[in-house]
Amino acid sequence: MTEPDYLNSAYTLRSWFFTTDHKRIAILYFATLIGFFFIGGAAATAIRIELATPQADLVSSDTYNRLFTMHGVIMVWFFLIPSIPNTLGNFIVPLMIGARDLAFPRLNLMSWYLFIAGGSVTLFAILAGGIDTGWTFYTPFSTLYSNSYVIVAVTGIFIAGFSSILTGLNFIATVHRLRAPGLTWYRLPLFIWSLYATSVILVLATPVLAITLVLLATERFLGVGIFDPRIGGDPLLFQHLFWFYSHPAVYIMILPGMGVVNELISCFSRKPVFGYKFVAWASLAIAAVGFLVWGHHMFVSGQSLLASLVFSFMSFIVAVPSAIKVFNWTATLHKGSLRFDAPMLYALAFLGLFTIGGLTGLFLACLAFDVHATDTYFVVAHFHYIMVGGMVTAYFGGLHYWWPKITGRLYSEYWARTAAVLIFFGFNLTFFPQFVLGAEGMPRRYHVYPPEFQVWNVLSSGGATILAAAYLLPMFYLGYSLFFGRRAPANPWDAPGLEWQTPSPPPEFNFESQPVVTRAPYQYGPDFAAEPQNA
Amino acid sequence: MTNWWPPLTLVGSWLALLALLALTVTLAYLPLGSFNSAVAIVIAAIKATIVAAFFMELRDRGARLLIFAGAGLFWLGILLWLGLMDFMTRTPA
Repeated sequence: MTEPDYLNSAYTLRSWFFTTDHKRIAILYFATLIGFFFIGGAAATAIRIELATPQADLVSSDTYNRLFTMHGVIMVWFFLIPSIPNTLGNFIVPLMIGARDLAFPRLNLMSWYLFIAGGSVTLFAILAGGIDTGWTFYTPFSTLYSNSYVIVAVTGIFIAGFSSILTGLNFIATVHRLRAPGLTWYRLPLFIWSLYATSVILVLATPVLAITLVLLATERFLGVGIFDPRIGGDPLLFQHLFWFYSHPAVYIMILPGMGVVNELISCFSRKPVFGYKFVAWASLAIAAVGFLVWGHHMFVSGQSLLASLVFSFMSFIVAVPSAIKVFNWTATLHKGSLRFDAPMLYALAFLGLFTIGGLTGLFLACLAFDVHATDTYFVVAHFHYIMVGGMVTAYFGGLHYWWPKITGRLYSEYWARTAAVLIFFGFNLTFFPQFVLGAEGMPRRYHVYPPEFQVWNVLSSGGATILAAAYLLPMFYLGYSLFFGRRAPANPWDAPGLEWQTPSPPPEFNFESQPVVTRAPYQYGPDFAAEPQNA
Repeated sequence: MTNWWPPLTLVGSWLALLALLALTVTLAYLPLGSFNSAVAIVIAAIKATIVAAFFMELRDRGARLLIFAGAGLFWLGILLWLGLMDFMTRTPA
């Protein structure tokens, strides 16, 4: 008799909220993140409606400050950072490496509870009146002048940070200890390499954020001189500490997206990823060098010229491993048997959008150009191309790719492709005009602007409408598939990865027998079906 | 239970940490000039070593765990190195 799948193993609330099954915890995270995505998205909607006209006709200046802070805080810490690692990663990592679960299942559940606790505290800060400092909490505004709920908000982020650390620790231990027999490091799917690199950053960088937020609260609450030079502090110390975490945090967001794209491009080109070892080590290079570039956020802060030069140089260096990946994905497409299923459309969109985001990042790494572009919409456009165009697009790609495995159901390919195309179109219409606005000098974080900027702002708000509708679409057709979709076979994409060698949805303990790996990943080809990975 | 340290070691480590804390507070009130900071940092380093060796049980662990534990220190070094590079070379306004 076959084991029931993880969705049908038990039905009580207790079986969900006290589960230690990585797959159920992934679902818990998924549901939570959808909620946060909508809250952050609602703030973005209000911002774009306000910016459709040059005057302040929807919200006051103070409310606008609170809106963009809420958008940033929720999207960065409660959606982007946990999105791929905690949902797709939680679900797929043990399946990909042939394990029954993560190394520390109870720690995994604790991570979700910490995330809920941190999210609840932050939501309380928002509901109680909000925070007006921007998501960066720059001092002295956050310590001296802001009269909003700064300490409550940073407490929420502080707690959620421990959720990140626990997830990172869990993935590192899992990849080291629980790989199936024969699954050597160079046989690991590149998604695993990416998540491993992400985990290293999560573990090494997040504690610095926690310390920084505690120092901020200490100065604000107790008046101890840490950042305020009048009482013995250093005025740039906050920015150094904050960006020491928050720049690597960009790689926490994008590296998992890159990991997903490896799987998609390889699968829908029916080829191994070109230059596997280079792509694998590029992930670790990004994780390591990503720690040496934080000062490029501080070129106009009064930081020393020498420091700016070094950080500028290192910022160019960190682009090299990202470029290696982009070139290798392109080379993977070359002479592949391309299939344009929905996940592949997302992967191709990622390729273009991430490249634009990355290249404009190089503009900003130039000292002279950055003086012109700092705090303008150019920066806003740049990081949205990376985080939304890159990371969120990859998240949607991965979600569609593994949806049949996660739910055991197939979705409407027509609607999925429609959504992918709409997201690509809506995204570009939203954010490309912002490059122009920034280059022409429109500053970020203002809701009143000169009338000559209106055309670009109207285009951007129009694009945001399309983008919002496109992001809502999957909720309908994926939701529909849950109840009425055709049953998914174990391997709907004919892919060789271990996660496809078990039924959809997988049984509670993932595999009926211990898989043994005998070859490199991504062995697509006419003979692979006759020679399954799980020998 | 074979890896469990005798409580005596933990209690001893805790007492050592308390003694070092007392030493830090006492020395902070002595007029040592610029040596005050240096002494405080040395004592803090000793405390961190005690925590790592006994409370984190790194004293008899394998190379892989030591590398991971050392990575934290190395990254702290990066933070101090690049952060201080700005601080030491900043032009006064």
